[in-house]
Amino acid sequence: MRQSVRAKAIDIGLTLVDQTKLVTAASELARNILDHGGGEGFVHIETLTKGERTGLQVVFEDKGPGIADLELAMKDGYTSGGGLGLGLGGAKRLVNEFQVATRPGEGTRVVIIRWK
Amino acid sequence: MERIPILKLGEFLLVTIQVDMHDRLAMTLQNDVTDMIVKTGARGVMIDISMLDVVDSFIGRMLGSMASMARILDAETVVVGMQPAVAITLVELGLSLTGVRTALNVDKGMDLLKASIARKEFDSGTVSW
Repeated sequence: MRQSVRAKAIDIGLTLVDQTKLVTAASELARNILDHGGGEGFVHIETLTKGERTGLQVVFEDKGPGIADLELAMKDGYTSGGGLGLGLGGAKRLVNEFQVATRPGEGTRVVIIRWK
Repeated sequence: MERIPILKLGEFLLVTIQVDMHDRLAMTLQNDVTDMIVKTGARGVMIDISMLDVVDSFIGRMLGSMASMARILDAETVVVGMQPAVAITLVELGLSLTGVRTALNVDKGMDLLKASIARKEFDSGTVSW
């Protein structure tokens, strides 16, 4: 997953720092799926164009228990899995756009975008 | 089983992380490093991460806990070779690696380890002048 994100990020010409931020955010979110999403999930990587801008979008979907309190889960230091609790909030800081949709009992979908 | 090699260099241990870390590998490494510290009486552990182009909070936490374990076993830890893009990303992620000493490269890491061991011996009175 990381290698694919890195390769696509290089393709669209993201700087090394931006590549690293995007791949790190993706890594945080992929670990989230493994830790909380029941270990099963999908990752879609897509190149976006908006006018003159190019960006890379990565979508994470799992069929896990969902997030009961999203506001709390986005806070730094919050953790339910014994981690550092930097997952969601930390990943958000590393990208330009960040969206979460979650339904308790059904799963979670996170979309991140890093524009060039 | 996949393993990260640990090299003994005098009274130090050198660990070079070149592969993507996952939970089991991280646990194995923690076990191996703590075993080696006890077995060899190593005074310092140097962890080279120059080959890592991504350090996420999992790896950051692993580095922090290795440093704490080593400290309890009377060994100093220094993390060397972090790539600049990784440093920028870590800070923005919110991970400042508190409690983990860092140096730019293996040479400087070695100097740092030697200096802090010398200081420790001086403070504890093992070195007489």
